[in-house]
Amino acid sequence: MNFSFLGQYSSFYLTGAYITIALAVIAVVLGTILGVALTLLRRTRFKPLKLLGDIYVEFIRGTPLLAQIYIIYIGVPIIFSGSDIPDFAVGAIALSLNAAAYISETIRSGIDAVSIGQMEAARSLGMTQRQTMFDIILPQAFKNILPALGNQFIGSIKDSSIVSIIGVAELMYKSTIVRGNTALGLEPILVASLGYLIMTFTLAQLLGVVERRLKTSDRR
Amino acid sequence: MIDVNDLHKSYGKNEVLKGVNVNINRGEVVVVIGPSGSGKSTFLRCLNLLEVPTSGTILVDNQDITSKKVNIDKVREKMGMVFQQFNLFPHKTVYQNIVHAPMRVKGTKQQEAKVLAEELLKKVGLSEKIQAFPSSLSGGQLQRIAIARALAMKPEVMLFDEPTSALDPEMVGEVLAVMKDLAREGMTMVVVTHEMGFAKEVGDRILFMDQGKIMEENNPKEFFEHPKHPRTIDFLSKVL
Repeated sequence: MNFSFLGQYSSFYLTGAYITIALAVIAVVLGTILGVALTLLRRTRFKPLKLLGDIYVEFIRGTPLLAQIYIIYIGVPIIFSGSDIPDFAVGAIALSLNAAAYISETIRSGIDAVSIGQMEAARSLGMTQRQTMFDIILPQAFKNILPALGNQFIGSIKDSSIVSIIGVAELMYKSTIVRGNTALGLEPILVASLGYLIMTFTLAQLLGVVERRLKTSDRR
Repeated sequence: MIDVNDLHKSYGKNEVLKGVNVNINRGEVVVVIGPSGSGKSTFLRCLNLLEVPTSGTILVDNQDITSKKVNIDKVREKMGMVFQQFNLFPHKTVYQNIVHAPMRVKGTKQQEAKVLAEELLKKVGLSEKIQAFPSSLSGGQLQRIAIARALAMKPEVMLFDEPTSALDPEMVGEVLAVMKDLAREGMTMVVVTHEMGFAKEVGDRILFMDQGKIMEENNPKEFFEHPKHPRTIDFLSKVL
């Protein structure tokens, strides 16, 4: 094993890690917002909208992320001809749209787990459907699904590696370049893997803290 | 105040309510009793449209709430409901449970809401639990908080759906006591219950429901001492 390249390439790796974190944060934040919106869309009584939401989720779940990235990378410039969207933005959008579908499924299961009595109690007090959803149901649903959401967030960090194929200079992309420059097959990938592991492990610990906090404030 | 006409409710082919007619006057305590599956809970839940009737009309202050034009949220503001399973919001404290709807729906100010919560908690005898979470309370306490929460909207009528059925026997009394106080203050109440003692003592009128219909209605004295319908006699012989 030869890790002598680290001295020369450490800052190179670090900039890649920053891009990875940026991609993951955008995917998680935007994915959660879109995921909530998508969940509400799929719960409307207006059938065409509900169908649209269902088709979207099935499409995202049923096709590879790699294909989705290519579709956006190649498709968007065709639709908005002449527009020049940076590769980073394309990658971030693709990851967000992908995460949104999975997050929406998770939220749906969380909402279903909140007892119907909660909805009835809130509505019987004169609260509107919307107030009930945002004040009473969603806060409880999020508490229920926090572990599952954590998995999704960790998945988003790892999935971000796939956007390297469209030239976004994140951690995996950087390690590929290092492999080319140093002619080392394994070591640069090991370094990148360790980088991912540090990020996901840190996030897992943070989520653990949040979960314990929520549990102490309200045991059921 | 509430005027129910020919109320029907079906779930698919199963007809639960088969034409219910009843008037509930302001200040009256109406107790609904009957065997399980008789449709009494469904009837109560129709009154604030938690169940949507299949046909029939429900006039609340001369307004047909089954009409699509009526804003049901507004109607529900004046109809408090208490559930068998309490249904307190587990992620909110007792205080938040009580003030959330007044503040959110009616725009009650914080200051005013606080006074309201303190008053109501005093009324149900749980002032010291104001900052507690529901998870730390007993069933009887939960139900008293649930009553306080419903009262916080200053309703004109209170609907009780078997409020003591999920309680341990020793906790039934404390909840019934709060309900008796309410009745004494002149609150209009519709109470679905199995507590015959409460029905006798507090009810102004007893409705006996069976097989989706009101079989007999009378004042408590007549009802319990001289039941007329054979189904009523049969039912009373089993529960008394």
